[in-house]
Amino acid sequence: MRAAQDIPVAIRSDQDIVLARQKGRTLAVELGFSQGDATLIATAISELARNIVSYAGTGVITLRVLNSSSRKGIQVVAADEGPGILDIAQAMRDGFSTSGSLGLGLPGVRRLMDEFEIHSTDGKGTIVATKKWKS
Amino acid sequence: MEVPVLKQGAVLIATFQAALSDADLKQLRSHLIEQVVRLRSRGVIVDVTAMDVMDSFASRTLREIAHMIRLRGAETVIVGIQPEVAFAMVQLGLTLEGVATALDLEEGLAYLNNRFENIA
Repeated sequence: MRAAQDIPVAIRSDQDIVLARQKGRTLAVELGFSQGDATLIATAISELARNIVSYAGTGVITLRVLNSSSRKGIQVVAADEGPGILDIAQAMRDGFSTSGSLGLGLPGVRRLMDEFEIHSTDGKGTIVATKKWKS
Repeated sequence: MEVPVLKQGAVLIATFQAALSDADLKQLRSHLIEQVVRLRSRGVIVDVTAMDVMDSFASRTLREIAHMIRLRGAETVIVGIQPEVAFAMVQLGLTLEGVATALDLEEGLAYLNNRFENIA
């Protein structure tokens, strides 16, 4: 995996949410994902970017092309240096939210994507890494 | 971003564009409510055909619009949710419960006409 394939999108405001999901959709379509899958990826990016704006203020969404001999895919990594998530198990339950939003963000993103990983350190930030493979 | 709002009889038709930010959606919410009050509208159709992503914020804002307009005694119909957008919404658990939806503008108008006996 070459670093040159990374597309970082700085997330600082709600405008950047739109920008990030548009870049994600464009990349997904370029890689040959169906419109349906591109919509799922764009929606997941929108939720991840929204979490950054709501909970951390600023962060980065990085899009990466996954290209192995057997399959192609897209990786979406959302990283911030916000307060972190104290109880990940709780955050992954449907309906949980600490910012008065719907609280469906993370479990929803996990359903939209094929692979989902989350690492969070109290006071140091959160990294959510997701992948979608071309079917 | 300017969202065109068209008046047809007692019905307002708002056409949402693809790339609406949270700020755009909030502004739209106030603008639509204002128009409903000013024009004494009985029905509102929100056409989201062009929207390629309906995330939690957009979905919540649409629900708020519909519920606020209902408190004014008018009815809102969301029309044109694309199939792939609907699929993503269901995966996210966004069901727009309590909000009327219809296939397209024509069906939306038919729904409102049926409900209010030919207002448009």
